[in-house]
Amino acid sequence: MFWNEQLETIERKALEKLQLEKLRKALAAAATTPFYKKVFADNGVDVSRITTLDHLRDLPLTTKHDLRLSYPDGMVAVPRTEIVRLHASSGTTGKSTVIFYTAKDLADWADLIARSMMATGTTRNDVFQNMMGYGLFTGGLGLHYGAERLGCLVIPSSTGNSLKQIELMKDFGTTVVHITPSYAMHLADVVSENGINPPDLGIKKAYLGAEPYSEGVKKKIEGQWGLDAYNSYGLSEMNGPGVAFECEYKNGMHLWEDYYIMEIINPDTGERLPDGEEGELVLTHINREAMPIIRYRTRDLTRIIPEKCACGRTHRRIERIKGRTDDMLIVGGVNVFPSQIETVLMNVPEVGNNYQIVLDRHNNLDRIHVRVELYNKMFEGDIKALDALRKKIVERLKALITVNPKVELLEPGSLPPSMGKAVRVIDKREI
Amino acid sequence: MPQQVSVFAENRPGKIDRLTEVLEQKSINIRAITISDSGDYGIIKLLIDKPAEACEALKEIGIAATLKDIVAVKIADKPGGLHKVSSILARKGINVEDAYGFTIRESGQAVFVFQVENVQKTEKILVDEGFTILSNQELYYI
Repeated sequence: MFWNEQLETIERKALEKLQLEKLRKALAAAATTPFYKKVFADNGVDVSRITTLDHLRDLPLTTKHDLRLSYPDGMVAVPRTEIVRLHASSGTTGKSTVIFYTAKDLADWADLIARSMMATGTTRNDVFQNMMGYGLFTGGLGLHYGAERLGCLVIPSSTGNSLKQIELMKDFGTTVVHITPSYAMHLADVVSENGINPPDLGIKKAYLGAEPYSEGVKKKIEGQWGLDAYNSYGLSEMNGPGVAFECEYKNGMHLWEDYYIMEIINPDTGERLPDGEEGELVLTHINREAMPIIRYRTRDLTRIIPEKCACGRTHRRIERIKGRTDDMLIVGGVNVFPSQIETVLMNVPEVGNNYQIVLDRHNNLDRIHVRVELYNKMFEGDIKALDALRKKIVERLKALITVNPKVELLEPGSLPPSMGKAVRVIDKREI
Repeated sequence: MPQQVSVFAENRPGKIDRLTEVLEQKSINIRAITISDSGDYGIIKLLIDKPAEACEALKEIGIAATLKDIVAVKIADKPGGLHKVSSILARKGINVEDAYGFTIRESGQAVFVFQVENVQKTEKILVDEGFTILSNQELYYI
């Protein structure tokens, strides 16, 4: 099912031509902003001489730090009166970053989300319950307007208040949800505790987002609710959700190349890597008037899937994000992504929904504690079984991280249930 | 066949408080309680008058609880009373996994409660040797 068949199945040649046109426009707009004016001058960039897509690699990269430096509006390319909305990232480490939108930017973003949702088979006949935070965060409002554009009945229920969420699902026959993976698992427990079998609610699809999750968690949620979960990708710097989305084939996310130019680089050297190789995703937004961002380092690690997708879309796919370059933990000299630990845990049936990774340093040695909640229904009632379970988890983790982890088994519900983004990693090491 | 409730518990203050509060609310009487501990966590075992109901009530508030079959044999409350049973179990090669005992007030008798792999086989062995195995009702309402 296509939202805009012509654009989604456009020939590669024509797509590249369109990208170049839009890139030149974006560069011209960027050159008027205080930030890029200086960057281009410092690096001897003359945007009028960018005449092929390949020239893009000569331009400097933009980082999150640059966005903070240009706070609040050093990258804005339109008069203040043209701007109709802003969103801001949470800014847990320093000043938040702000993104601005014109009315056209918002309309185009909604259109892209409508396209993304339709690629998964959602139509105007669906009832869409949006359990993401509304506000400065892009996840809530982003999908809200996209779903309206598509014509769904939108329930803007936002986060929390589980009993109300369940009531809405029942009373209005919700078929599609947008939810963080940790809350999806928590809500499934609440539904069960209220004597309802989650699949009986009839929810067909879930868009999971806002926090990293493993394929194991996705499978678990699909099983708990009896639905299809679709991976998607977005970041506020590139509007928010809807940058890349899985289609009905659920085999990699189509990155919408008429809005974004993607590159994969070696995160250490900045060198561009060929299609198919894993590296850091770099994106250029070529479809935003208010705030063009050129060659943005997303910090997300993935690879481009060069092969064609069976759905017929010509926009190339990226693999699910392996991790963020800044999420990577180095434990005793070994690189570990929390998602790898999560995959190990979620493949152990006795493990419940919640877990926590705590890192500390003792006598200059890194120690890793993995705290996992026991799954109620798998409790066998004796210490022997618990010891065996703990040993099993230790061994599986040790195979992955080589450092001997300490595994703590916790009662169900003892870790704080998350309504928004789950905090899974606590790093107490002082460096 | 009698059962007891096994509860998974982290080793921290307030745990027994939470359990017993639920049991009180449901008017469930505790016959015996044991706690075995393995450092960070332990298992609380409860011998109570309504085990199935208690187990459900505990699960409802998110506690990991399960029912375990047990053997409860009546023994004499005097020196050598337990030895009579344990020697038979040893002779028959039955391994006691977990056990405790208590006396029955002013009766000169005691109860030995334990978990084994094969409950029915163990009960039969003891009955054949002349011991009294307590039924659910007898055990819960002593």
